[in-house]
Formats: sequence, C-alpha cells, structure tokens
Amino acid sequence: MSELTEKIKKIFTDEKLDILIGYEKGSLPLRGTPCFIESAEDADKLIFDSTCHNNLAKYLTDQKKTEVDARKIGIVVKGCDARAVVQLVVEKQFERENIVIIGVPCKGVIDPSKLRAKLRDKEISDFRFDGNKIIVSGENFQETFDKNELLSDGCLSCKYPNAPQYDYFIGDPAEPIASKDEYADIDEFEKKPPDERWEYFEKEYGKCIRCYACRNACPMCYCEQCFVDCSMPQWIGKGGNLSDKMIFHIVRAMHLAGRCVDCGACAAACPLNIDVRLLGKRIEREVAERFDFTAGMDFETPPALATFREDDKQEFIM
Amino acid sequence: MSDFEPKIMTFLCNWCSYAGADLAGVSRIQYPPNTRVIRVPCSGRVDPLFILKCLQDGYDGVLVSGCHPGDCHYISGNYVARRKFAVLKKALEFMGMEPDRVQFSWVSAGEGEKFSQVISKVTETVKALGPAKKLVKRIGR
Repeated sequence: MSELTEKIKKIFTDEKLDILIGYEKGSLPLRGTPCFIESAEDADKLIFDSTCHNNLAKYLTDQKKTEVDARKIGIVVKGCDARAVVQLVVEKQFERENIVIIGVPCKGVIDPSKLRAKLRDKEISDFRFDGNKIIVSGENFQETFDKNELLSDGCLSCKYPNAPQYDYFIGDPAEPIASKDEYADIDEFEKKPPDERWEYFEKEYGKCIRCYACRNACPMCYCEQCFVDCSMPQWIGKGGNLSDKMIFHIVRAMHLAGRCVDCGACAAACPLNIDVRLLGKRIEREVAERFDFTAGMDFETPPALATFREDDKQEFIM
Repeated sequence: MSDFEPKIMTFLCNWCSYAGADLAGVSRIQYPPNTRVIRVPCSGRVDPLFILKCLQDGYDGVLVSGCHPGDCHYISGNYVARRKFAVLKKALEFMGMEPDRVQFSWVSAGEGEKFSQVISKVTETVKALGPAKKLVKRIGR
C-alpha cells in the first residue's frame, strides 16, 4: 500500500467524505483516468504520477448542476487543479466547507499528443518511469524518451506544481520544473509582423471543428448556457465559417481572462491539436502585469475582471 | 482609398456619452456621418462579443464610449468595463488585428464638443487603416 492510498483512507474516514475524486490506472498505457471513490476500502486503486493529466476540478462544477445535496467531496489535486478549485470557490460555485482539498506534488504531466507524434503509428502496451526517463515498449520495439520532451507545454514553465491552498498535502512538495521562461513563446511570437500573427491564428483556429471539447474539459467553463449554444439570439454561426471559429476562440479566451489557471486541459482535449494556449497565455500575462493578479492563489482576492481599482491604467482610452 | 468611407459602430452609454452626442446635435456641432449609434445602459453592458460581432458583420471600426471614471450612473460599471476593454484590446493586438479599429473613450453629457472630436478622430484613423479585412465573415470560408 502506498503512502497516497494509506493517507487517503485515513482522510476519507476522518473527514467523513461521501465521495473522493482521484486518479486510477487507465485502460490505456500512460493514461491515468479519473475515478470516484465511495468507500475507504476502494482507495486502494488510487494512483498519482505523470500520467494523471486530467483536471479533476471539472467534476466539481459538473456535479453542482445535477446534485442539489451537500455531499462532502474530497479531491486529489495538482498545483493547477488546486488553483482551479480555489478559483471556483472564489466564484461561489460551491461551499468551501464541502470540499476537502488533498494536494499532491506534481512533477509535470505527459501530453498524450506529444507521445503520439513521436511514436507515429506504433502502439505502446507498456511503460515505466526511470528517473527522468520514460521507457515505453510495444510489439517489437522499445524506446526511451526524456520526460521533458513529453510534458505538457504548461508544465515546462509551471511555477506552481504544489497546491497553494489545501487541507492535506501528501508527499514532499515538488520543485517547479521551470525549464523555460513562462512567456518565452509569447515574446517570440510578438516579434512577428501583425499580418503573420493573424495568419497563424487563422491557420490554428481554422482547424477547429467546433466540437467544444476545449470548453467541456475546462474547469472554469461552467455556464448553464454557453454563448455558442444560444439560439435566441444566435450570437455566432454554428458552422465551419472561419470568422465564427475565430470569434468562438477569442471570446472563450476572454471569458477565461483572469480565471485561467493554465492547466492545459483545453489543449489536451483538442482532437486537432489547435494551439489554444497561446492567446490565453498572453491574456494571463496582461492580467498579471496590469492588474497584478494570478488566478486561484487564495480564497479572498476577487477575480481581476470582476473588480477594479480607481487608478487602473487607462493609456488606451482616447 | 481616398474615397473610402468607413462604417463605425458606436456604443454610447445612456447617461453620459449618449447625452453628449445629443448635446453635439442640439448645439449643431458638425461631425462625420460614418457612425451608427447603439445606446446601451452603461459601458459595462458592452460585452467583448458585441465588438467582435460588429467586426464580423463588416464594420470597419468600433467605438465604445461611457461616463468618465467616477461618474458612472451605476457607480462602477465603467471601471469594470475599463479592465475588460484593456484586456480585449491587448488580445486583439496580439493576434495581429489593427488595434486602432477598436477604440474607447469617456465623454460626459456636457462634452458635445469632445464627442464631435472623438468621432472625427476615430473616423480619420479608421479611414487611414482602410476597409476591415480581418474577422469579416465571408461566405464559403
């Protein structure tokens, strides 16, 4: 029995949890799967490692819509997931007392699409971690990858691998990976001329098939009715028109301004590998620099775009 | 493009800027006829989606105008709007949109003269930019 399952069993009983959301071994290799534990004995199947890329905070808002009860919910969180939970509490999506936040140290999660790109058609059946290496194997092949090559883009510059707010923390806090500067990609991108930048976004967002997987995977997207689903009035067309796709992605990014925790759930969910992170990251930077705000760090600070200061900069107003 | 006359959508808040436009009218102050006005209760009512929608529908520029900071009829609507617009403007600029197509101003009910200056200036800048191409909805794309 690992430290994780042992401690969670104790927490489950001590806190009288009704349900606990965590990860179990997935049916596919290198894919941890969310699981729901309803009794302490069940906790044996829990795992946590670099294969657990889902943001579990999503399930907290999903539940709210269907359940009217006040169940006590435990949730196993990485740094980014914890920030999403905190942000949801700040936005009054559920009561703080009903949630038990269990932090775990995160050493970065694997982006399945990066692995897919490296393996092409080969299918893996087994894997193991060896320090900073991942050894994957399948029929007639074995390959070793550097873990950093396979980590999600957000993880490479992650500053908060441990939950900033928690009730319990299991394990020793992890060091930030920070193998590259958080805004390096943005600085690089901003050097390009405007038309080239616009072309890039047209190319990326043009791939969109409007499946809304990015929205559905996002823990912060919990509106009862999304603007893209409205028909009275119908704000934007539902088809494959480029302009509609662009507006969907810009407005989605705007709705997440000052709320996004950069967990990468949207990027991981996208079946077409659209670069949904770039614009969000630029907005995150603007919010951080202009309003000195980082989402999901504490329970008191209101979200940047839901508040104001009288002396906010207004150099852009004519 | 010297004969290009831009179409500019203007969102005016009911309490200040709309009254400012009214004052410009009753004072017979001249300004370019390129704007179409939508009256909104407050500049805080303007959703970034409205602005994008205008650009999609073929407007060459969008102006949002509200009460001066501190003068909002709803106390803080324009302060919240200011944060929202700051982020939107930066996001559009980052994407490669001409930042001057989307403009914001504060015009009070007593500033008929300023209203006419703002409209002239926006019209001039957008005219210089030429017709909007980015984000415009075209059939078959």
